[in-house]
Amino acid sequence: MATTTLPPGGPPASTTSKEQQPYVELGRKRHTGWKLLGVLVFWLVCYQLWKGEWTKALGFQDTTELHDKFNEARDWVQLEGQDNWFFGGVLGWIGDSLTSLVEFFQELISIPAFPRPVPEIGWLGVIAIAVWVTYVIAGVRSTILVTLAMLSFGVVGLWPDSMDTLIITLLSVVFCIVIGIPVGILMARNKVASAGITPVLDLMQTVPAFCYLAPLALFFGIGAGTAVILTFIYALPPVVRITEHGIRSVSSTTIEAAESMGLTRRQMLQQVQLPMAKRTIVVGINQCTMAALSMATIAALVNGPGLGKPVVAALQIQNVGAASVAGLAIVAMAIMLDRTTTAASERGANRGRSNVASVSGPGVMLSGVVLEHLPRWATEEAGKGQRRPRLTTAGRWLINGALFIPVVIAIVLSRQRVNLADFPDVSDTPVLKWFSGPELTKSINDFTDWFVSHVDSFTIALKDDVTNWILNPFQDLLAESPWWTMAIVLLAVAAILGGWRPTVITAVCLGIIYATGLWHDSMVTLSMTLIATALVMLIAVVLGVAMGRNRKADVSIRPFLDAFQTIPPFVYLVPALALFTASRFTAIVAAMAYAVPIATKLVADGIRGVSPTTVEAARANGATAWQMITKVQLPMSREALVLATNQGLLYVLSMVVIGGMVGGGSLGYIVVSGFSQVELFGKGLAAGIAIAAMGVMLDRIARYAAARYGR
Amino acid sequence: MTTSTTPPAQPAQPSASAVDRSGETPAVHVEGLWKIFGPRADKIMASEDSQLSRKELQEKTGHVVGVRDVSFDVAPGEVFVVMGLSGSGKSTLVRLLTRLIEPTAGVIELFGEDITAMSERDLLETRRRKVSMVFQHFGLLPHRKVVDNIAFGLEVRGEHKGERRNRAQEMIDLVGLSGYENNFPDQLSGGMQQRVGLARALAANPEIMMFDEPFSALDPLIRRDMQIEVIRLHEEVGKTMVFITHDLAEALKLGDRILIMRDGAVVQMGTPDEVVGAPADDYVRDFVSDVPKSHVLTLKWVMRQPNGQELDGPVLQSDQIVRDAARAVLDHHGPCRVVEGDKLVGVVDDQDILRVVVAEDED
Repeated sequence: MATTTLPPGGPPASTTSKEQQPYVELGRKRHTGWKLLGVLVFWLVCYQLWKGEWTKALGFQDTTELHDKFNEARDWVQLEGQDNWFFGGVLGWIGDSLTSLVEFFQELISIPAFPRPVPEIGWLGVIAIAVWVTYVIAGVRSTILVTLAMLSFGVVGLWPDSMDTLIITLLSVVFCIVIGIPVGILMARNKVASAGITPVLDLMQTVPAFCYLAPLALFFGIGAGTAVILTFIYALPPVVRITEHGIRSVSSTTIEAAESMGLTRRQMLQQVQLPMAKRTIVVGINQCTMAALSMATIAALVNGPGLGKPVVAALQIQNVGAASVAGLAIVAMAIMLDRTTTAASERGANRGRSNVASVSGPGVMLSGVVLEHLPRWATEEAGKGQRRPRLTTAGRWLINGALFIPVVIAIVLSRQRVNLADFPDVSDTPVLKWFSGPELTKSINDFTDWFVSHVDSFTIALKDDVTNWILNPFQDLLAESPWWTMAIVLLAVAAILGGWRPTVITAVCLGIIYATGLWHDSMVTLSMTLIATALVMLIAVVLGVAMGRNRKADVSIRPFLDAFQTIPPFVYLVPALALFTASRFTAIVAAMAYAVPIATKLVADGIRGVSPTTVEAARANGATAWQMITKVQLPMSREALVLATNQGLLYVLSMVVIGGMVGGGSLGYIVVSGFSQVELFGKGLAAGIAIAAMGVMLDRIARYAAARYGR
Repeated sequence: MTTSTTPPAQPAQPSASAVDRSGETPAVHVEGLWKIFGPRADKIMASEDSQLSRKELQEKTGHVVGVRDVSFDVAPGEVFVVMGLSGSGKSTLVRLLTRLIEPTAGVIELFGEDITAMSERDLLETRRRKVSMVFQHFGLLPHRKVVDNIAFGLEVRGEHKGERRNRAQEMIDLVGLSGYENNFPDQLSGGMQQRVGLARALAANPEIMMFDEPFSALDPLIRRDMQIEVIRLHEEVGKTMVFITHDLAEALKLGDRILIMRDGAVVQMGTPDEVVGAPADDYVRDFVSDVPKSHVLTLKWVMRQPNGQELDGPVLQSDQIVRDAARAVLDHHGPCRVVEGDKLVGVVDDQDILRVVVAEDED
């Protein structure tokens, strides 16, 4: 401002004007394209000269000194750690208490509670409780969905596994709420806390889920307790973030009005900020629940109980049918949890003003009759313009309490009768038998075989073409170049795109990757990540432009994207495996399926966000549809495109490593092997660290590039 | 415009209504009040920089002067209007009075109690019992019913449910919202929401009510209704009111006295007819140029010195509004006497009246 020079004949310096004069933008060319071209030439020359040298390739069973050190550390923790106050004392205590807590709930609803041959509460009781809880927090409609989902777990024969997943997920969510909400509140009210914790949350969300596995297994061993901790850590950031956001975004007028009435800080929190942020916080709990579910399934790799186990087992023997059945159960649970928590958050907005429930037709009449016969204290006039009275808080609990009576009856029944306790085998029941586990597995396998045999000429050709023409050359270029060439190339790209800050971070991350001794594998993973991201962006731009420009396209595509987003990443492996068998391409397809929805949505929102005035002006100038897209809409939604690329990269990376389980190889496979082969534990841990470093590196480069080019 | 009014013999004499009660403790006493926004406000306050203009200071130090050396008294029962354009510091000023914003320097006393030196506890107590505020965007709690919004202040200070319900119901009836007790704020129109805000402020039974542009967000017709409502409430409950607005017509309609601010400093302070009749500078003159002067000015501002001749016809009081006196003067065809009490202070004829009325059309 101080250096501002007014243009000659500029506006008179009005002393009342607070408007600032813009500084003159000097056209400064960055020559980004030329610089990148230079880097590419350097890269290709080095590749040609020293192909296959200094690649730092490491045989699969080979380990480095660092990996052995990790192994030794693991051995020490397992053998001597028990006597150490920290490992045996603190961590051991935490792990053991969580494990026994999980076991307590398992005996309650999923595994036989000794001396009983069945759990304390049988399936009927569990469903009754679930329906009642759903009714209380989310309303009548969601109960139908919950009932169907819960029954489907039993019908396909995965009742105990489903209950285990539910226990791990909900237990973690409870911990997240108990810890995350207070932390979020603290961050909203204390700038120092916010500044300190935000970078930690950033890091937690950048690092792919897979990286958490090995270190936690080191500290807590493997089992149910570790699964809860893993899930908790992964699901915590959304709750904290959204709580902070919710409290911060309470309108300042309201805060000021409350302040002018002399509220203490505690009163402000309890009576103003929390009630007004409640709905946002419930959205945070929804996000947290979905994250927890996706991690609870991955936790099968550290021997966590639940639906992840049958998926992993089936993937290892490439039994698509069995993996699909368990995968579908996970999807059913995802939909159930998502719809319930979403309905709860939507309801949070109308808390206390809706009538008995959001029901229609006969339900309205029924609720009217019920309302009229309630005692006087249970209802009150809803105010002018509102026809029917509404329930008071006391009245709501009267109804909830009355509805709990059948729940109690169901619990008692489920404890007394075996067929209400153990979910009955449906393989002899008409119709339902088609949905029993083995039957469903068989039909899915048959269908897959039939389908794949009809399309495999196409799928195999596609796979081979992409592998031979794109994947292999690109992977060679990254992985077979000398390691120092790659380091220079990556640093140069970071410097050109983002400036010195991301270059420093890239240097640190590359140093870490080098130190893990897994340079070659990291480059293979990087090549898969980059190719998958490029493909994701291609699809996302096409779909996103269509959605952004056309309401109909949006309305028809968006629900699918929403549905895809609720599915835990694990599940994507199954259809990809069915179509393409185990290969790197399979991992890429799964990664694309996982990342396309989020990227597409971001692009579509960006296109939609282009100012209608600008679009209208371009149309008035006679722009064709193609010109409109390429000259107006895409350039103006550059910020969204860059953001979509960033998110796409992170999603793809997290999925590419999970794809290690279906032939993706490299880092992801090493992580998985670390759990199955004792001597590879250290290498797996190192691979996890390399993945984390790569995630941070890609995120930072993309972010700083976004800041520079996204305007 | 410039020729239309003669400056009165004794300018800036406080009008009779509310102010001149010397000896009584003022409801609000403000002296040398400053607010500078920025991390090093105190240092700037102590240095020469505080003498710089707002713009110069911002360029030099990045600090913004919100309120600059403001002093005024408000008498008990008075309606005191603070007006100015957006960014002139009027909203900051009203927030300083209860330390919603901490002042940088100066004295604030409410009924003799020093606000600036108050402990946190006493300050809360003051906000709970002595002063209440009405906001431009209402600041209602969307999760509470109308009645609970109105009773909120009482709840905060720990009154029992029965008491506060009764009090809230009284306020609902007072502001004309009977029947809407159990609605939620978003089911009401903007005007009705502001009535809730008004009732909430009244419920605490404060000594002073502060209004921060309360009707700016409302439609013109609703705004007029609400202004009439405030006048009615003032007559009924007789609270001291500090009223912030950027609308001159509103200021003239409601204010016993008006303080005009610009860039954080006081430009002029006086009764409505003083502001319109003798604007302190071009800024104020610009402000009042559109006002129908005959609706605001009193005869004091248009009369001439009596030249000794014998007069008959009507006798008019000097504080009568020109518009109300016009009929009598025009009917008389000749100079009329203007008196203050029993004393003859001037004469006025149809020329004097027409000068004010016709000049409006020329503007």
